[in-house]
Amino acid sequence: MSSGRLDAVPARAAPTQGVPRHPAWGWLAGAVALAALAALAAAPAATASDYWLSLGINLLQYAVMATAWALFSGPTRYVSLATVAFFGIGAYTFAVLGETWPQPVVLLTALGLGVVLAVLTGLATLRLSGVHFVIFTFGLAELVRQLVTWWEVNVTKSVGRYVFVDITQREIYWQLLALLVAVLALGAWIRRSRLGLALRVIGDDEQVASHLGIDTARTKILLFAISAGFITLTGAVMAPRWTYLDPAIAFNPTVSFQVLIMALLGGAGRLFGPLAGVIPLVLLFEVLSARFPNHFPILLGLVFLGIVYLVPNGVLEAVQRAGRPRRTESPS
Amino acid sequence: MVLIDILLGGLTLGGLYALVAMGLTLQYGVARIMNLAHGEFLILASFAAFVLVSQWRLHPLLALVLALPLGFALQWAVYRVLLTPLVRRTQAGPALEADSILATFGLLFIVQGIVLVIFGGNYYSYSYLSVPVSILGSTVAANRLLVLALAVLIGGALYVALIKTRLGTAVRVVAVAPRFAPLVGIDVRALSALAFGLGGALVAACGVLVSMFLPFSASMGVVFTMKALVVVIMGGVGHLAGCLAAGLLLGLVESIVARLVDPGLTLAATYVLFLGVLLLRPAGLFGRAAR
Repeated sequence: MSSGRLDAVPARAAPTQGVPRHPAWGWLAGAVALAALAALAAAPAATASDYWLSLGINLLQYAVMATAWALFSGPTRYVSLATVAFFGIGAYTFAVLGETWPQPVVLLTALGLGVVLAVLTGLATLRLSGVHFVIFTFGLAELVRQLVTWWEVNVTKSVGRYVFVDITQREIYWQLLALLVAVLALGAWIRRSRLGLALRVIGDDEQVASHLGIDTARTKILLFAISAGFITLTGAVMAPRWTYLDPAIAFNPTVSFQVLIMALLGGAGRLFGPLAGVIPLVLLFEVLSARFPNHFPILLGLVFLGIVYLVPNGVLEAVQRAGRPRRTESPS
Repeated sequence: MVLIDILLGGLTLGGLYALVAMGLTLQYGVARIMNLAHGEFLILASFAAFVLVSQWRLHPLLALVLALPLGFALQWAVYRVLLTPLVRRTQAGPALEADSILATFGLLFIVQGIVLVIFGGNYYSYSYLSVPVSILGSTVAANRLLVLALAVLIGGALYVALIKTRLGTAVRVVAVAPRFAPLVGIDVRALSALAFGLGGALVAACGVLVSMFLPFSASMGVVFTMKALVVVIMGGVGHLAGCLAAGLLLGLVESIVARLVDPGLTLAATYVLFLGVLLLRPAGLFGRAAR
């Protein structure tokens, strides 16, 4: 009763693992990925429309965050509810330092802050059971928001900041695309490395993992810090998009919720699972928030409940299961 | 007298937190559902009390009496309709906790969204018994004292019911040994629903109590949930006396921080307390080491 973790796909059901494939498939997939990347990178140059560009930014933003979320929460099955705490720290770091320091330095500072907070959170909770982690992350965004507000009220004497920098929407788009490539590449590498194997063992059974000599706490903290680092960077990259920023905007809890929904819809156990959830849901939320701005949180909650009840392991898993021939259904 | 002020304020808040956490520990310790929407149901009750008192001209104490059965019915139905499928799917195994966290996280946004649609994001309050009372040289509003007394009364009644009655004993059996409870003829599902509903009754009562002495807004639920969770962990899951001690401790610490440091740092104080528990006694002040 003290696990508090996503209990998604049992390891046995991960179907593509260990199945030998023809090497040509690898090349083909690589070529397709490169072509898609080139098309995505060139897309802003081809369209002059602000609407499509901002939709693209939205998609990429959630793609990076959902993939980064699943990097840690997918294999370990620890539900992190603190996404927006890190996102907000990134955005706020940029709001405070963005006008005076060069952008790469600001991004590095944000990254550092996010990683430090993640490591502290991990040190406090990840050595214990998953419940403590869930509870700690549940209030973390609110805590950081209150601390930032307190600081602004008492020290800088103003709540809310204007961000005036000359970073164009296109630059934001390209930076997010670079982040997405980085998080996917890192995710692919981790899955093949000893670290990824250790994570999967932890996800299956933590006691077995520690008996095998895996330093479970260190592994979890490392992965949580990497995941949080990407989310913080996303916040810092996105900050110039708003010209005005205050704690309520930067630490909006629906962001955590949306990232969680997207990752779960696609399936948090797979590298490309979150992407499969991001694309339909960003489009859906775009429509919903425009049409029903007042009822948006209710609809968001209903969509989420639908996912938890109907596709608990993500759509990719459901599709694969439906497409699989009958006789392999019961291998045990 | 600053000391008396802090003590009285801390006791009132602490009694309230203890009561909120008792509701949560029933839901989590017995029904095995970590209810992240707990605080939203509290705020829902506060708004219901606001409507009853300020528009229907009902007496706040009558609202409190109404809140108990209504809160019970509402959360009992939530368990039966929304959570039973999850219990069945996971066969009450370890996956239930993760699934229930996700489901109630969704519920949080739905309930909060409904309250926001109806009432908007502003703070609400009504005036009830806000007459000053002087105790040992310090002045408090009478409504705070009443809230403290009611919290003690409700919490005490629940404690006696769980310890002394046959049904209460059965509930405790489910909390301690859910797998063996059926062997002595206890219907675990029905009792889980009952415990979940009882938690709902408690949190609804807390909502009415909050509305008597604090301004409240639609987005405050998360903070109450967070504090209740911390109190439950601090007291040891499923431990009612632990809830009481931890709740009072949290109320006192908050009262000290709010009075002597800064009211904006109360959640930070909660977290510091939580960190202390995590580092020193992860099983809680009274809990035994789990696993």
